[in-house]
Amino acid sequence: MKILVTVKRVVDYNVKIRVKADGSGVELANVKMSMNPFDEISVEEALRLKEAGKADEVVVVSVGPAKAEETLRTALAMGADRAILVETEDQVEPLAVAKIVKGVAEVEQPGLIIVGKQAIDDDSNQTGQMLSALLGWAQGTFASKVEIGDGKAPESTARVTREVDGGLQTIDIKLPAVVTTDLRLNEPRYASLPNIMKAKKKPLDKKSPADFGVDTTARLKVLKTEEPEGRKAGIKVKSVAELVEKLKVEAGVL
Amino acid sequence: MAILLLADHDGSHLSDQTAKTLTAATKIGGDVHVLVAGAGAKAAADQAAKLSGVAKVLVAEDTSLANNLAEPLAALIVSLAGSYDTILAAATSVGKNVLPRVAALLDVVQVSEITEVVSSDTFKRPIYAGNAIQTVQTSEAKKVITVRTASFASASEGGSASVETIAAVANPGLSTFVADALSSSDRPELTSAKIIISGGRALGSAEKFKEVILPVADKLGAAVGASRAAVDAGYAPNDWQVGQTGKVVAPDLYIACGISGAIQHLAGMKDSKVIVAINKDEEAPIFQVADYGLVADLFEALPEMERAS
Ligand SMILES: Cc1cc2nc3c(=O)[nH]c(=O)nc-3n(C[C@H](O)[C@H](O)[C@H](O)COP(=O)(O)OP(=O)(O)OC[C@H]3O[C@@H](n4cnc5c(N)ncnc54)[C@H](O)[C@@H]3O)c2cc1C
Ligand SMILES: Nc1ncnc2c1ncn2[C@@H]1O[C@H](COP(=O)(O)O)[C@@H](O)[C@H]1O
Repeated sequence: MKILVTVKRVVDYNVKIRVKADGSGVELANVKMSMNPFDEISVEEALRLKEAGKADEVVVVSVGPAKAEETLRTALAMGADRAILVETEDQVEPLAVAKIVKGVAEVEQPGLIIVGKQAIDDDSNQTGQMLSALLGWAQGTFASKVEIGDGKAPESTARVTREVDGGLQTIDIKLPAVVTTDLRLNEPRYASLPNIMKAKKKPLDKKSPADFGVDTTARLKVLKTEEPEGRKAGIKVKSVAELVEKLKVEAGVL
Repeated sequence: MAILLLADHDGSHLSDQTAKTLTAATKIGGDVHVLVAGAGAKAAADQAAKLSGVAKVLVAEDTSLANNLAEPLAALIVSLAGSYDTILAAATSVGKNVLPRVAALLDVVQVSEITEVVSSDTFKRPIYAGNAIQTVQTSEAKKVITVRTASFASASEGGSASVETIAAVANPGLSTFVADALSSSDRPELTSAKIIISGGRALGSAEKFKEVILPVADKLGAAVGASRAAVDAGYAPNDWQVGQTGKVVAPDLYIACGISGAIQHLAGMKDSKVIVAINKDEEAPIFQVADYGLVADLFEALPEMERAS
């Protein structure tokens, strides 16, 4: 079985972003970029499935600017076999990303596609579910555990434990399927220096959205982007007694 | 045209998140029809009919709808979509799972986690863990929207909508339910609690978390939350995580104990009315958003707080 993994290049999670003063967006010049953290978890999961003999190839795909090649090289350095960059300077919405990845899946015929639960820039939490819908496949979202039976037969299933609002839900999904990854699924490995060197020579194909017949023009109009209302630091209290007193009398919340 | 609102319920009880989503629906404007889908959904449907602002309740009962599996639920919603120009759900684990599937099947983009209705086609939504707020306008044929319920008050009761039974559609049969491991508790739910007390990595173990946080929670009638670090380390269950990628809450009082205040955590609680931080590091970023900060060792402060409140 082949596993396809989507990876998105996003502003690093440690960066406190700044909103542009003219309301036109978020300042992205000279900001540290990284692989979306959920996508690191996806790559790790695919590699573990391959190491367990459940998969024979891990292909990573990104939709984004030329620089997204760096993100794909990181995935290759972690251990992915091949990469596909669908190059575009547009900010591509989840629906269009899903359509492009569907196109990739039709060529690659993976048995499983692993997508992050959420991109930490747009916080949409849509792409995996949309991709699964477009392919007419099952979806196992917010996964904290993925088990694959014999892993080879096309009619086989995956057992997915999902993080839901009330706790955990376990479902069986028919393969091929889309799984989206949650934080507790695994702890991603770091790429070693020799593997980073090796990754430079691994195959990376370049495509365009047009190769898959997808129009990436935004359908949602962003009218403006603003700073959230700030919150000011309050006061420091000296003791628990003072705290409880303030909460009761001043704030009236106890 | 009308709005279809997917209800959140557990069979016998309608979630408060539905009443909050209804408030957003009312602001968008139009007749609101609430869809209650499940294996036994009648009780929840009757509760939905009592919410003021609901024009009609649709109940679909079928074993395939018992566990909120995305594929049959999405198929049901898509089968109804012709009569609606807006489809709404709370941004709960059910809404987030199923609505993007619906949107893709209808070939429209989704607007995720709106926090404000500016007009019937224009919404505010946070991006970058709430560090920026976008105003977006949609011209899609059908508006598919999830609602961040922490930003909307619950609609009141007083309605008496009609309840209509509708047929389920064929189950696509792509997934099957295996088991639920739901945490049961007598404490209030995180997303509707008036008071929340949360613990972080500083708690050090599941035993300490129980021993130190829970007695204060019980004394205050509070729900319990946690940081990602506390959940990852197994001190608290996953459904207690508050933050960018966990639950977003806005109680009257949020007490953060041994939590540093990473942006991903703040994203889930910074709209709380009153924030208290207890941390032994006076430089901890959580103090920058706290109305009341106490620089102290939580293992001493919390037992004292239990006695004092
Ligand atoms: C993709 C992604 C998503 C994330 N999503 C979330 C999310 O949804 N929610 C979330 O919370 N985090 C999230 N995080 C993690 C976040 O970045 C932080 O790592 C996390 O919030 C830290 O948890 P903490 O504050 O408990 O731990 P730490 O940052 O380690 O802080 C512990 C604090 O406890 C204090 N302390 C220690 N001992 C004591 C004591 N005895 N008494 C009092 N204080 C003490 C310390 O001074 C310190 O400030 C996410 C991260 C990523 C990358
Ligand atoms: N431009 C992109 N390229 C590759 N993968 C993407 C892209 N956008 C979104 N994804 C995938 O979809 C997941 C969820 O993103 P979102 O729906 O935007 O929150 C991410 O974790 C990625 O795995």
